[in-house]
Amino acid sequence: MEVIFIIGSNTKETHPVVANRMIMAHRKGAKIIVADPRKVYMVRFADVFLNLKPGTDIALLNAIAHVIIKEGLHNKEFITAYTEGFDEWVRTIEQYTPRYAQDITGVDKELIIKAARIYGGSRRAGIFYTMGITQHSTGTDNVCSIANLVLLTGNIGRYATGINPLRGQNNVQGASDCGCLPDMYPGYQRVVDSKARKRFESRWSVRLSDRVGIKSTEIPNAIFDGKVKALYIMGENPALSEPNQDHFLSAIKHLDLLIVQDIFMTETARFADVILPSACFAEKDGTFTNTERRIQRVRKAIDPPFHAKTDLDIIISLSEAMGYPMPYKTARDVFEEYKSVWQAIAGIDYEKLNLGGIQWPCPDYNHAGTQYLYKDGFPKGRLRFTITEYERPSKPSSIDYPYILTTGRDLFNYHYGSMTSKVNEIKSITGNPYVEINPHDAIEIGLSDGDMVKISSANATVILQAKITERVSKGVLFIPIHYSTSPVNKLTADGFDNKTKTPQFKACRVKIERL
Amino acid sequence: MSLIRIKINGIETEVPSDFTVLDAARQLKIPIPTLCNHPLLSPYGGCRLCVVEIKGIARPITACTTPVSDGMEVITSTPILEQLRKTIVELLLSDHPQDCLLCEASGDCTLQELAYFYGIRENRFDGKRRMYEDNDKNPFISRDMQKCILCGRCVRICDEIQGVHAIDYTKRGFDTKVSTAYDMDLDCEFCGQCVSVCPTGALTGKQWSSKGRTKDTKTVDTVCPYCGVGCQITLHVKDEDVIRVTSSPKSHNQGLLCIKGRFGYTFIRSPERLKIPLIRVVDKKNDDFGNGNIKISFKEASWQEAIDYIISNLKAIKDKHGPDAICGLSSARCTNEENYLFQKFMRAVVGTNNVDHCARL
Repeated sequence: MEVIFIIGSNTKETHPVVANRMIMAHRKGAKIIVADPRKVYMVRFADVFLNLKPGTDIALLNAIAHVIIKEGLHNKEFITAYTEGFDEWVRTIEQYTPRYAQDITGVDKELIIKAARIYGGSRRAGIFYTMGITQHSTGTDNVCSIANLVLLTGNIGRYATGINPLRGQNNVQGASDCGCLPDMYPGYQRVVDSKARKRFESRWSVRLSDRVGIKSTEIPNAIFDGKVKALYIMGENPALSEPNQDHFLSAIKHLDLLIVQDIFMTETARFADVILPSACFAEKDGTFTNTERRIQRVRKAIDPPFHAKTDLDIIISLSEAMGYPMPYKTARDVFEEYKSVWQAIAGIDYEKLNLGGIQWPCPDYNHAGTQYLYKDGFPKGRLRFTITEYERPSKPSSIDYPYILTTGRDLFNYHYGSMTSKVNEIKSITGNPYVEINPHDAIEIGLSDGDMVKISSANATVILQAKITERVSKGVLFIPIHYSTSPVNKLTADGFDNKTKTPQFKACRVKIERL
Repeated sequence: MSLIRIKINGIETEVPSDFTVLDAARQLKIPIPTLCNHPLLSPYGGCRLCVVEIKGIARPITACTTPVSDGMEVITSTPILEQLRKTIVELLLSDHPQDCLLCEASGDCTLQELAYFYGIRENRFDGKRRMYEDNDKNPFISRDMQKCILCGRCVRICDEIQGVHAIDYTKRGFDTKVSTAYDMDLDCEFCGQCVSVCPTGALTGKQWSSKGRTKDTKTVDTVCPYCGVGCQITLHVKDEDVIRVTSSPKSHNQGLLCIKGRFGYTFIRSPERLKIPLIRVVDKKNDDFGNGNIKISFKEASWQEAIDYIISNLKAIKDKHGPDAICGLSSARCTNEENYLFQKFMRAVVGTNNVDHCARL
């Protein structure tokens, strides 16, 4: 890779081994651009650091596109051959001059130009992003703005290019592939597509619903509306991970039946009617699919503790008790059925996986898997430029809540902590829950490093220790998501991206007071 | 990249022009002993074990730092070269604790293998020894610098790949030591890459100290339970417990791991694990949900009781409110097989598409 453009990803802390690769590439001469509201660790290796204000990604990305076009760095052959909607889109990009974007994003216009020249000047450039892009009310448009840059430069469909969303959890990719989505069967086949539905009906010998289900973030309101009475949770801790914790907790108290299946007494399990003890990764067989669509074997090393069972065994027991037999003996039997319903993994089996992971699509047995997508063109036809416009926040910054809170992970902990908080050595170095605050802001409030502070949003208040650091800009606060004792999602509001219902975790209005 | 013709031990071969003599020999599967060399790291030439003879060059020269050139003729083993290598190992051992009986790395130590290979029982060299104590209080990495042979792999991996540069050589000559700034306790990212490349027992994991050495454990290759990179890890199992995690250099992650993957495994046998099904006994209206003692809110149950309880309630809700009154949340930390079955359960058995997972969070 010649150019690595990291936006909205704290790669060094959240995907440390990807960061290792980036650092190795950097040593071999790859240029690195980092765009982030925080001075994340990868900034140390960056040729350009675009320190934008939270929620201004579209203005920044459009301005980069603007400069690429103005300087003639765009890939005209690619645009003509593979895309549509370019002319219309270009007209909307006209206004995003570096100067205009500087006013919105707070990033020096010269840096925007520099980044545009580096990214636009390369045909071996990859973009990497994570939740810093998606967890916004404009998440979908943020991603589309990235896609526009990729179409503009043709940095896709070849080795060392592309749009690379780094998956946050070891099997997010797999859980989506498997159809744990309210509108999709396994393999991204739509539940509203009657042909797909008929296929699954005949495979599973049962009538299936044609109604799209509700998304996880819509569950609390559906409970309050009386539409949802029972919730079955396998291996998740939404009491900490969903936005607006108080709202979520008061909702699940109203359920007639809450089943929680987990390895620990999580904050969610406390609200359950039944708790089922399950096996962790080291106690079962199966497969995980990583962020590169690489399916890999998970192998049992030890037995689950005492009476705990694998999730597979539990689901099979429940299903049989409901009168629907599931005659699988092993995880392999389930995988065999899974591959029979989705062409992209039809060529994968456990024997092949024992030789090493395989990246799907792998449609037949002799196929070696697919390292990167779209090598042979774009199956759905021309790729469309999507018009994205920066919109100033609907709620203007208020005097009551003058700070913008952004959330994320730190290096030592993982997600909402149900595993890492049980590792004593890790606990011993992580200390108290904290909030990062810029030194200028600290002086204004009269804070010293380590002081206890009260952070309040329109929803609630949490108490944390102040960590004074230049990693965050003036006016921005950062709280890691890991700590159950000061759950940051008490603060986060229920703003969502309209299309995906992804919560707006990366820009929440708050105030801070010294205790 | 252009190819270069080179002859090693009389075997002719063509190798890329950016190869070193060591790379070329390895491609031909000709063994050359090394301590400081590591395929991911820049050549260092510190240990001198890889000395070879090259036609036209008067003295032995290190294979790891010598680029190939056209027509080069290399001999990798002669009595003189082997004597030189043996002497190097003897010198290293002359200042190395004879601690193999207790050393964590025994059976997994390049220096021990070399001593075995060269049959070094008595040491001709006597003299001063470096006396250091491991008094680093960090919870992860034990640093026994008496066992350090100054190969510098840890220094290079920390700088070149981790980008942290938490350790480097300090002092000069005999007093040279790999150390942190001001010789303080290690305060770094605790990725443990340094532990993974140490060829001796100088750097080991504190969590697996005295739990069982590599040769005494069963190994199981699997995938890290944390982020989406999906690093391949090897669990070392002894007496139904995971006592150590490593990663193979042949994995797609090249043997690299982070603190969570390498050291974050002890949750597996945490005493806090759920071990038996629980059914609520305290009405939710009266519960404080764990602000007091969470245990009193539930009673222990058999699997049969738990499943009967679930099924009777699920069926009642489904009959009264329809299948769409039931929702399922699956997990990005469960396997594909479990996720596949979970959605099948919700769709085919319960009869709803209300199934989702945490992709947005």
